[in-house]
Amino acid sequence: MDKHALDVLNTTNGKGTSQRKKIDQAIVEIVSDSGEGAQKCGQSLGQISAKMGNGVWTVEIIPAEIQPPARSREGASGIRVRFGAKKITNMGDHAGLVVALNEQVLYGRLRQNAYKQGTILLIENKWASDENPEIRRQYAEALTEFKAEGFDVREIPMETECLKLVMDARKGKNMWVLGMLCYIYDRDVEIAEKQIHQTFRKKSQKVIDVNIDLLHAGYHYAKENLDFCYEIPPMKVSDEQVVMNGNEALSLGIMAAGIELCSMYPITPATSASHHLAEHFEKVGGVVHQAEDEIAAIGFAVGAAYAGKTTVTITSGPGIALKTEFIGLAVMAEVPLVIIDVQRGGPSTGLPTKVEQSDLTAAIMGQTGDVPKIVLAAATIEECFHFVILARKLAEAFRTPVFLLSDANLATGVQPFKRPKVNPDWFALPIDLSPWKEGIRAFDWSPETGISKRPIPGQKGGMYTLTGLAHDENSKVAYEPEINQRSSEARSRKFAAFQKTLKPPTIHGDPEGDLLVVGWGSTLGAIDEGIEMAREEGLKVSSIHLRFLFPFEPGLADIFKRFKKVMTIEINYSDTVGDPMITEENRRYSQLAWQLRARTLVDIDCAGNVYGQPLGPGQVLEIIKKQLA
Amino acid sequence: MFGLKADACSIPMPEVYYGLDDYAKSTARWCPGCGGHSILAAVHKVCKDKQYPPEKTVCVSGIGCSSRFPHYMGTYGFHGLHGRAFPVACGVKFRRPDLHLFVITGDGDCCSIGAGHWVHAIRYNMKMVVLLFDNGIYGLTKKQTSPTSALGTHSNTHPRGSVVPPINPLQTTLGFANVSFVAQTTDWHPAHLQATIRKAADHPGLAFVRIVQRCPMYMKDLYGDMAADPNSLVLLNHDQGIELDPAIAKTFKRNLDHDPADLRAAREVAEIHDGIPVGLLYQNTENMRYDDYGAHNLGMSVDEKSKAVDALLERYTI
Ligand SMILES: Cc1ncc(C[n+]2csc(CCOP(=O)(O)OP(=O)(O)O)c2C)c(N)n1
Ligand code: SF4
Ligand SMILES: [Mg+2]
Repeated sequence: MDKHALDVLNTTNGKGTSQRKKIDQAIVEIVSDSGEGAQKCGQSLGQISAKMGNGVWTVEIIPAEIQPPARSREGASGIRVRFGAKKITNMGDHAGLVVALNEQVLYGRLRQNAYKQGTILLIENKWASDENPEIRRQYAEALTEFKAEGFDVREIPMETECLKLVMDARKGKNMWVLGMLCYIYDRDVEIAEKQIHQTFRKKSQKVIDVNIDLLHAGYHYAKENLDFCYEIPPMKVSDEQVVMNGNEALSLGIMAAGIELCSMYPITPATSASHHLAEHFEKVGGVVHQAEDEIAAIGFAVGAAYAGKTTVTITSGPGIALKTEFIGLAVMAEVPLVIIDVQRGGPSTGLPTKVEQSDLTAAIMGQTGDVPKIVLAAATIEECFHFVILARKLAEAFRTPVFLLSDANLATGVQPFKRPKVNPDWFALPIDLSPWKEGIRAFDWSPETGISKRPIPGQKGGMYTLTGLAHDENSKVAYEPEINQRSSEARSRKFAAFQKTLKPPTIHGDPEGDLLVVGWGSTLGAIDEGIEMAREEGLKVSSIHLRFLFPFEPGLADIFKRFKKVMTIEINYSDTVGDPMITEENRRYSQLAWQLRARTLVDIDCAGNVYGQPLGPGQVLEIIKKQLA
Repeated sequence: MFGLKADACSIPMPEVYYGLDDYAKSTARWCPGCGGHSILAAVHKVCKDKQYPPEKTVCVSGIGCSSRFPHYMGTYGFHGLHGRAFPVACGVKFRRPDLHLFVITGDGDCCSIGAGHWVHAIRYNMKMVVLLFDNGIYGLTKKQTSPTSALGTHSNTHPRGSVVPPINPLQTTLGFANVSFVAQTTDWHPAHLQATIRKAADHPGLAFVRIVQRCPMYMKDLYGDMAADPNSLVLLNHDQGIELDPAIAKTFKRNLDHDPADLRAAREVAEIHDGIPVGLLYQNTENMRYDDYGAHNLGMSVDEKSKAVDALLERYTI
């Protein structure tokens, strides 16, 4: 059972206690209809906790619709905040405490298995006296159900309390709740006040004052009326930290890479990165181009890149589908370009706001013909920042498009990480338009590495016509089959050359054992934590997490051989042997598993699902236990 | 050069003088009699007249017979994807105001598969010369109906005649937001063709030129007779229009006074069907240009960028 939930059970016995119970972490959710400010409340709690030196991870709970009907079960909008005395790397399993602005939205989260017996539910009680008898009935019925299921239900007069200070409680209730949470978790009120100043910095002093009053009122209410409260010691961090979500990290990474053009078409969950860029790009001499569609977005980027400009195009699944033909051209004509895919649930329009790691195969092999290119995946928010810089450099060094995969979990997750120390080497240099060296051809593929240098329009003597047709070293259309074979070899060889520069992945845990778990992307934190839990239980399990998905980091087969079993855990679809019709022979594997099986000839198993939820450490533990049973 | 030294008279002389050969590369592989040949010659000529440095000139095309064009130019070229010349060209131009851009596109390339980009490229109005090679057919893929094929055109996809009325590329372009230059000419009148491309090259924005192009391979009957008949062309006259040598202008049998500042009149001209109106239908040199926006913040140093990124990171620092 979740430690926090246990602690909660313990403390609630001693009613009226003012003594704080020491806990090492908390998982809190604030859920509401959309537009009630739950996310702002949770983000503030996360910021305050980070500033107090706690490890933090926040993740937004987003309904698929912009404005789902009020009080609907699927309409849960809100946020989960996990914070603790140690570094927090994922959203955890079950929440210990939930603040709900109406009782109906809790059903949606219950269905997603977000809570467990003992979870404290602090529920807005205004619905008990609603003028609509149907709402009163629903409220009473829900509370009875929640209690019967073993939740620790508390009715809180949030509206009533807020109305003492404001005319419209919809505006401001979130800060009252923040005050309540500040009391419960012993958050520094002064830091909370500063946070409110920051949040409402564009509003009038009056607005700031009211919200600070609400904060205090919530705090005071909790102190007077709740019989539980906690203390979470800070961790020791010596480095300066920054706090942001993965899309902000991507945006800042784009700027720190010296990229000067982002060509995009809006799509969830990638768009907020472009919003951030649009706001700040100007300051680093960059421009966001919102194209007429994703084909045009990448076409524009390819054109600019051909003209020597460092460019990125950012999108999600359906956008990648549209960009396919241009990606093929960029591979064929060796155009350096960064393609960021903030993955969502697919195929087709799929689950626009939900987490999935389903675009791996599309990134590696999703275009027609032979299309080698570098594919990277960020595993943390910090890597969202640094990997853009890396991707830009690799694109230019290897004259190739580079895929950078992120996902909805990283996009909206917020976590503190070491403040990057800006390095001038990160930035792309201004284009060199000095005359092209005579005798060098437009595609002078090195016989050893396949790498060639490219001329840029403006360079005297470098004139060539880029073409998507098979072409020779001079970019002349190839009419002999031998040329296509030779040029394909060159385009392939450069990735072998790149692969030679990579190091084998580090193993988390012992270098041999009963089970090795292989992961990629945003599941790093959950897998690592799950592995720790399993190892504490004495299981001989380790993990590796891949950052380079094409080409793979070296030494994988050697690492795999030292474990009795190897499996991937991924958030994408896989069949389960034993389900109707499914056998070892026809089973479809998760996407990384497919790739690794082909690469290493090891019989790699996998656990993959498409519930659209981030992975939790408890889930990982369960999977490991099942695998070793 | 010319037996003159640059300092011998006060006329500034360019250090290099580009000849026609500097703009040419390899022999064009179009069919004999294809309209492409004369258009290529006209572009070479205009580049030479304007002394565009070949390394500062970029020809971007899609896919089609016409889109082979960049391979025959001694400039930089980009022979990309079917229908996607516009986004590529816009991307090239956006942050490179120093480059001279030509876009070469076919009637299938522009008006069918690339139609979405056509709308927006006109709207972006970046400085470039767009040459629509309109042969009324798909040439490269061997005679399929194009969106500009006249109703009833016999093709391999409509052997009993095409069934949907065609798009009028002039009228359509004139209807797009921020349109700033629309002209029409033909491959078989080299003087007019050249003069039109020259005018387009001078235009501060996107200059859209529809070139009525012969495809003797698949559409022998379409313009074959017209090219031989001096009555088929209707010359648009105006002092703001296409500048033609008066001696050549006189050879046109049909003339029409048309003020290219008049959009309504341009739309009427676009609907002339008993002949081919050639000349400048519409021009507005005042329109907003998206390439001005694209280039507005060029040239920031790495040092300035580092400082700006550091300041942004500071906001996220706790
Ligand atoms: C995505 C895609 N679809 C189809 C084609 C095949 N294709 C090449 S050119 C062309 C039509 C060319 O017609 P047009 O644009 O009028 O050019 P023309 O050959 O007449 O100059 C087609 C359908 C292609 N290359 N790419
Ligand atoms: S098929 Fe037609 S358009 Fe193509 S090269 Fe031949 S004549 Fe020209
Ligand atoms: Mg055509």
